[in-house]
Amino acid sequence: MTTATMERSGDAPVAAPEAASAPAPEVKPKDVLIIDYSGDLEKVWATMILASTSAAMGVKTRVFVTFWGLQVFVKDQRRVTGENWMQKMLSVMQRPGISHRKLSKMNFLGMGPWMMRKLAKQYNVASPKELLEAAQLMGVEFIPCQMTMDMFGLKPEDMIEGMGEPAGAATVIGMMTEDSVPLFI
Amino acid sequence: MALVEITQTVDAKGLSCPMPIVKTAQAIKTVESGAVIEVLATDPGSVKDFAAWTRSTGNELVEQTSDGGVFRFVIRRK
Repeated sequence: MTTATMERSGDAPVAAPEAASAPAPEVKPKDVLIIDYSGDLEKVWATMILASTSAAMGVKTRVFVTFWGLQVFVKDQRRVTGENWMQKMLSVMQRPGISHRKLSKMNFLGMGPWMMRKLAKQYNVASPKELLEAAQLMGVEFIPCQMTMDMFGLKPEDMIEGMGEPAGAATVIGMMTEDSVPLFI
Repeated sequence: MALVEITQTVDAKGLSCPMPIVKTAQAIKTVESGAVIEVLATDPGSVKDFAAWTRSTGNELVEQTSDGGVFRFVIRRK
């Protein structure tokens, strides 16, 4: 402590050098906060499209993943997650992982998602998984909901690489009221 | 217009939204400020999207042409 104070008093102005030279930004783009509540294929797709585009546009982007959205970020190869029988049964009833999403409507035992994926390939639409990888590469932060992790019995090692620190509702509301444009999907 | 040297070409032909933008955003980070890249895309929505993208990122859309369904965007990094 003492050393730091003495050093600082030596050379007087310690102002950040970039702050002075950098041109003032005309309109600072707001941050984007997406709340990914759903695990349905079509909504996860929309989340990934918006998150990757937002990051591509130079906007700081965070995705808070909660409830069914959290299932999306479990590793694809994890078949059963959770500690007790109910948590395990839930994961068996709805297989976790981004490559195993179902449509909320017209699922028809997997026929709907199969056709969606087929069409996407035909029209060169990136899959949710590809978009997720691009988003992570561009620095989108995916924040898991601690409460949902606990409720589903999910452990950090169940989740894909590169997830942010788990947080709660207050963090989300804080971001919403400070500097983020919120989007609930 | 003076000829500009193209540092890098992003081939986004055949790709759908949002991949032309995503690939361009990744590519532009690899070139120096002031360098110029070109993007080739076939997605008709990319015309509006690149206008919006350059507007919000501050990179300059130097030139925009289309030839037989292929759109070419010339962009200078901020």
